[in-house]
Amino acid sequence: MGLSTITDNLDVYVEGFVGTVTLTALGAAGALALGTALAAMRVSPVATLRAGGLLYVETLRNCPLPVLVVLMAFGLPKLGETFLWSFFAYGAVAIALYHAAFVCEAVRSGIGSVSTGQGEAARSLGLPFGQVLRLVVLPQAFRTVIPPLGNVLIALTKNTSVVALIDVTDITNNTELIINDTVDPIFAVLGSACAYLLLTLPMGLLVGRLEKRAAFAR
Amino acid sequence: MDQPAGSPLVVLEGVNKSFGPLHVLKDIDLQVGRGEVLVVIGPSGSGKSTMCRCINRLETVDSGRVLVDGQELPREGKALARLRADIGMVFQSFNLFAHMSVLDNVTLGPIKVRGVAKAEARERGRALLTRVGIGDKADAMPAQLSGGQQQRAAIARALAMQPKLMLFDEPTSALDPEYISEVLDVMRGLAEEGMTMVVVTHEMGFARSAGNRVAFMDGGRIVEVAPPEQFFNAPESPRARDFLGKILTH
Repeated sequence: MGLSTITDNLDVYVEGFVGTVTLTALGAAGALALGTALAAMRVSPVATLRAGGLLYVETLRNCPLPVLVVLMAFGLPKLGETFLWSFFAYGAVAIALYHAAFVCEAVRSGIGSVSTGQGEAARSLGLPFGQVLRLVVLPQAFRTVIPPLGNVLIALTKNTSVVALIDVTDITNNTELIINDTVDPIFAVLGSACAYLLLTLPMGLLVGRLEKRAAFAR
Repeated sequence: MDQPAGSPLVVLEGVNKSFGPLHVLKDIDLQVGRGEVLVVIGPSGSGKSTMCRCINRLETVDSGRVLVDGQELPREGKALARLRADIGMVFQSFNLFAHMSVLDNVTLGPIKVRGVAKAEARERGRALLTRVGIGDKADAMPAQLSGGQQQRAAIARALAMQPKLMLFDEPTSALDPEYISEVLDVMRGLAEEGMTMVVVTHEMGFARSAGNRVAFMDGGRIVEVAPPEQFFNAPESPRARDFLGKILTH
């Protein structure tokens, strides 16, 4: 009981911490890539792409993450052997798909903050849509996008705890093991909070730094 | 001088355009000859800027045709981008890319669209910046430049694409009075070198001295097209007389 609940189980926390870090890294990479692509779809001149982007965002962000995780883990295997993955993979993919919707909306708001004249000037030079976005609009949108994107990534980090539902090793799942073992939920959970803070606090600081570095006068 | 010689570079045929219930362009017919400087004047809201923006399809048209160099403007995609590369555009609000140095603004199009080697593009870019009088600002960021310098950089950026045609959409309207002449001087130099230009402006002095023809617009229509001496000394339409009476007396 007490502090020893944490100190006696450091190895269990460390194991969970590694799981959470891996899930966060994979989930964030997937969400950033897919979310940016979705944002490009939502501002593209092609109506079908815009509709597809909108449908994705509204579906995924309005579906509770635990529902998505369970549907993937138990629904996908029914589609065939191709979809027979590890629980860890289901968890990582579900986290990436879910947060891509939020990344998309953050990036889209950043695109909206860049004056239309910038895009018009780029199009007038003969740049095709993709390059207008990549070379002119997105680099300028990036600055305004950093703080909301930081929020999404910190939320993503904590949301990885949902994979405990399908018994993937992470901080939350291992904390449950410690609770069962020690019958000391308060200190066990405090230990878990420290482990999450160890991850999210530096992320917040990093976001602040990136924001300063990306600053330029308009 | 009413009709430009040779095959026209720009043709607008029966162009109509509405923004919602607002009919901003009404049956516009216009031709711009090669090497010609056409100055478009008229009161605010008469459709001048919209017409100018239709020529490189920054605004779509509802009906009618827009042809540049005998080719109808494609609707979207790569073909439209290729055509735009040959049309330089200068905006009222400069629209220099805020996150790039002045030189990078000028070299972006040649490198990415024309496939010019980076070193060559930079060399030509510096030469163009020197030509518009801001060679020493190549490495500055746009926000560090005065309005007049920014607009000259924007002209250099458009010229770097070696366009067949330059569109100027009120290029001096956002400038402090002291910077207007330096931009007009650059434009005058271009006109003298034979660049085909469509210039939407309120600068009557420029229209008179640098324009080959003046198009006067009001209420979405082209009311009168005439050589500058004729237009300014003896405008035919009552509306143009009224407009000139108001602006030339103060």
